[in-house]
Amino acid sequence: MKQVLEGSMAIADGVRMAEPHVISAYPITPQTHIVEHLSQMVADGDLKAEFIMVESEHSAASVVLGASACGVRTYTATAAQGLLYMEEVIYNIAGMRLPVVMTLANRAVSAPINIWNDMQDAMAIRDTGAIMLVAENNQEAYDMHIQAFKIAENRDVMLPVIVNVDGFVLTHTFEVVETIDSIDKVREYLPPINMEYKLDVENPYSFGTLGEPSVYMESRYNMYNAMKYSSKTIIDAAKDFKNMFGRFYGGLTDTYKMDDAQTVIVAMGSVLGTIKDVVDELRDSGKKIGVLKIRSFRPFPEEEIVNALKNAKNVIVIEKAICPGKGGILSVEIRDSLFKHKINTVNVNGYTIGLGGRDITPKNIKDLVERAEKEENVDGEFIGLSQQYL
Amino acid sequence: MIKTKFNYDYYLRKNTLPHIWCPGCGDGIILKALLRAIHKCGYSKDEVVITSGIGCASRLPGYVDFNTIHTTHGRALTFAIGMKMYKPKLKVITISGDGDALAIGGNHFIHAARRNIDITLIVFNNYTYGMTGGQYSPTQPLDSFATTTPFGSIEPPFDVCNLAQAAGATWVGRSTSYHAVQLEKFIVDALNHTGFSVLDVITNCHISYGRRNKMKSPVDMIKYQKEKAVPARSAENMSPEELIGRFKTGVLFEAKDKPEFCGEYHKKLELLKTK
Repeated sequence: MKQVLEGSMAIADGVRMAEPHVISAYPITPQTHIVEHLSQMVADGDLKAEFIMVESEHSAASVVLGASACGVRTYTATAAQGLLYMEEVIYNIAGMRLPVVMTLANRAVSAPINIWNDMQDAMAIRDTGAIMLVAENNQEAYDMHIQAFKIAENRDVMLPVIVNVDGFVLTHTFEVVETIDSIDKVREYLPPINMEYKLDVENPYSFGTLGEPSVYMESRYNMYNAMKYSSKTIIDAAKDFKNMFGRFYGGLTDTYKMDDAQTVIVAMGSVLGTIKDVVDELRDSGKKIGVLKIRSFRPFPEEEIVNALKNAKNVIVIEKAICPGKGGILSVEIRDSLFKHKINTVNVNGYTIGLGGRDITPKNIKDLVERAEKEENVDGEFIGLSQQYL
Repeated sequence: MIKTKFNYDYYLRKNTLPHIWCPGCGDGIILKALLRAIHKCGYSKDEVVITSGIGCASRLPGYVDFNTIHTTHGRALTFAIGMKMYKPKLKVITISGDGDALAIGGNHFIHAARRNIDITLIVFNNYTYGMTGGQYSPTQPLDSFATTTPFGSIEPPFDVCNLAQAAGATWVGRSTSYHAVQLEKFIVDALNHTGFSVLDVITNCHISYGRRNKMKSPVDMIKYQKEKAVPARSAENMSPEELIGRFKTGVLFEAKDKPEFCGEYHKKLELLKTK
């Protein structure tokens, strides 16, 4: 059914369709609406779940860790500071191989305190062992949450999945979203959770116990391998979703107007909408330009990226995050991927833009397209700075 | 010590105004009482440090012209402890909401009280998370409503004062944003006390709390404060049933002879030096 939904409501409804057993969260802007909606659904009896309110994000993540270890489907959501406070627990969730799904309403981190959108929070947890997917719009966010549970709970994966949605830009924006009418179809797509290892008095296991030097490395290796393997699971989950519900956004990446493209813009999240508009316009004026969308940031889709970019001349990486002391993050990983595959004909320029909720306009993108052809190896340069505050 | 005529403007950072608080919010009343109290105590601006965490109340340090720091959620007291330990002569005041001080920061609250460190904590207690739109908080009255307790809360709330006293605070009081004159007096008392002082101020969030609890205007909530406040002395003659749904106001506990943490710490240092 097509509905006009707030992004947070679309996400909450996607989560409802996945029928989690335990939900726990702590309020933080711009995530709060999602769990408020879920709280209402539980109260109204539309979702049979335990909704556990807690006194901090650390507790919220711990609650879902505990519940997940018992073998049930779990969900939480947070943003920025809340995510950083959860980080210790996310490492544990991943290390214990628990299939928790969470939404990250991407927001800038303090200080100075800023509640608006960028992706610095996500970049801070990229090495936790959580799968990190990024949604472009509210429809994809809705669908991606259902897919996330399927990916997380795959027996060969068993890792937490974090679905990134741009704070405010998606969470607080109303869009037309086609929701799924039949819960039975979702149940068919996403069978009941069935964990091989769980806390069970009949068949006891212990989670997270001391991993001495003799075993710790193997435990991390297994997790590393599971993350690598999850690439296949993510692609399969997207394809199965397409077969059953008709919607598809690519597997690990997606391409837009990439045939014969000599200039390619690479980005993640909602900014892709603006980028695609600009690319439409530039294509109309005869420019050979296309877009590469990153859907999965972890696992990093190295092969897909190399295949998409190897014939391009100029690649523009647009990032809402920065690594102080180095420069771009996504752009560095893209350069590394090309280098590894011995491709040295592609000029990769990375730009930092839109931090702390600053608007990214079509003109910004057009300017970057013009600049990228004249520049080489730009490494996270800040775009649109106001001289008076420097 | 300064002796000038009191003027709010002298203490405000006017370039950071207007504040973010909603019209009718009680936080401004507490801010003004705090400024009057600081003036009455005669501290210079440089002597005063104000720390805060996250939430509506925690925006206060941005508006006042002292040494101020707006920190991470729940940790305002820990930053304050660091400052007080480094420079015990500073007058350190922590501003925190009920969620900040007692939920995410509850651990620090009890340990600051246990140590009896000379810091004044003012809890802006509005029973809710106002900034994020009205989720339930650890002081939300039983059976009252929030976005996350749509059928009423089943969790008994903390009594901020009982908790502070039990944990070791040596000055404990409660007032409201309605009792503005009393509030100022209590802040003066708390600031003059040596040791951990906790002032629980019942304030109004008609937007996020009141609307869901049949008190949708600031006036309704101010009336609530007026009607439900029971001076501690009157409460002595009331039965527990009569006190249901009401709260005691006044200086509820004071102990002057308990050792204060910074003093004890430096005594120990001196002792070790002589050994």
